[in-house]
Amino acid sequence: MIRFENVGLRYGMGPEILRDISLHIPERSFQFLSGPSGAGKTTLLRLLFMSLKPTRGLITIFGKDRSRISRGELPLLRRRIGVVFQDFRLLDHMTTYENVALPLRVRGREEAGYRTDVTELLKWVGLGDRMHVLPPVLSGGEKQRAAIARALIEQPEILLADEPTGNVDPPLARRLLRLFIELNRLGTAVVIATHDLGLMEQVDARRMILAGGRLDIYD
Amino acid sequence: MTDLPADHLHDEAAETTATVRRVQRKMAPIVPAQNIAGRALVLVIAIMTFLSCLTFGAVTLVRDTASVWENQISREATIQIKPADGLDMEAALAQASQIASEFPGVTGTKIVDRDATARLLEPWLGTGLNIDELPVPRLIVVTIDEASPPDFAAMRAAITPKLPSAALDDHRTWVDRLVVMAHTTVTIGFAVLALILSATVLTVVFATRGAMAGNGHIIEVLHFVGAEARFIASEFRWHFLVTGMKGAAAGGAAAILVFIVFSWWSSRNMATPQADQATALFGNFAIGSTGYLGVGLMVLVIGALTAATSHATVVAYLSDIDVRQPDAG
Repeated sequence: MIRFENVGLRYGMGPEILRDISLHIPERSFQFLSGPSGAGKTTLLRLLFMSLKPTRGLITIFGKDRSRISRGELPLLRRRIGVVFQDFRLLDHMTTYENVALPLRVRGREEAGYRTDVTELLKWVGLGDRMHVLPPVLSGGEKQRAAIARALIEQPEILLADEPTGNVDPPLARRLLRLFIELNRLGTAVVIATHDLGLMEQVDARRMILAGGRLDIYD
Repeated sequence: MTDLPADHLHDEAAETTATVRRVQRKMAPIVPAQNIAGRALVLVIAIMTFLSCLTFGAVTLVRDTASVWENQISREATIQIKPADGLDMEAALAQASQIASEFPGVTGTKIVDRDATARLLEPWLGTGLNIDELPVPRLIVVTIDEASPPDFAAMRAAITPKLPSAALDDHRTWVDRLVVMAHTTVTIGFAVLALILSATVLTVVFATRGAMAGNGHIIEVLHFVGAEARFIASEFRWHFLVTGMKGAAAGGAAAILVFIVFSWWSSRNMATPQADQATALFGNFAIGSTGYLGVGLMVLVIGALTAATSHATVVAYLSDIDVRQPDAG
């Protein structure tokens, strides 16, 4: 589904942050992306999400060469990828329900057509009773789950989550992990960027470790 | 999404119905209605539109008044007869008046009589003046048809041989000077208007960009959830068009109100010294249909300008978003 071949990235004239990264994320796969803070996990996720272009190497996303994807094609491809940002990026003037429905709304879908889907998904992530609440009054864990629900509403082929358990206590982290596993079981490929070793130990999944700009993969 | 974890399921029918009813309310707009920057933008636009409309109205007023000056003064010419030895002044006045009135393009002549002449000299020589004791020149006012004025050179050539002490003044020098002055005034007015409009454009552009700065995160989220650039730009364009129009309409309405109040004041105080003074300077304070049309046009242009600025800001932000340096993680 996504393939990197000898990918390198540098900002301006600075040193290479990522060096010779080669990886393959197959369909329906589940993997952790780990490494110390500042190792470039977010940068790698941004490359996966096409919000950055590599300075060298080849990236193929859904069978398309990243360097040949036009600006106009990007939104359509991004709809096939769900992203959970480390800082949630919920819009404070919209309720939880409206935030989660946003990806469908920007596609011009009528609310009547997706209302039930959004409501069910919110219940699935445990926010059934927080639907009409604005993000500023949600707890960290609730915001996290709202962000996850927003990433899932379009039923993406792959979900990228940046430190999804960084702001929650261990019981809730386990619950969120169960949610990702459940999602993977339903057919979505999952990449979780985390430096939480405890979380990784709970699942027997592929681990991609970033250190010194290089990626080591442990299947 | 049917295979749901049991601890998150709440499938009671009653609750679902209530939830559906609750979500049927109107969705929040994608661009939030108003924040402090948005309110400041409305205020700035209103003030700048008010000033622009006021300047535009003033320029219209000056232009109309200048054209009235021009026309009024060129509607008349004067024949002046100086006293000379052996000249029968009354006969000379009648003769000159007769000659002038025979020319095509002259609609009438009027001899300024002795009493009127004495009144004209009153401010300098006082009352009780016997005009016969002084060698005072006498005047004939020749009213002319503005559309086809008479041939002044021919008229001068017809009068001077018969009455050597008569002089025809067609006010050309005076009219020319006045026309130059009026045109200068109008040019200055338009220059001031151009400056005000430039200031308005720049203020609106900067204020809009300021208001947009607080919306960067919204553009970013929309971009990352797969919204097309066209969709994002249109959302912001529409929002800022409405904001700009609101401010511009308020400013334009305030300017129109000022003109209506002045017009009402001037008509209420008609024939009083203050009003006469103001009327002499500015006309009757009515900006006319051109003025109102201009105000309407300005409201539309400022609204469009606000929308265009927000559009350009969104497009610039989106083209920048994918090449910006992310936080390391």
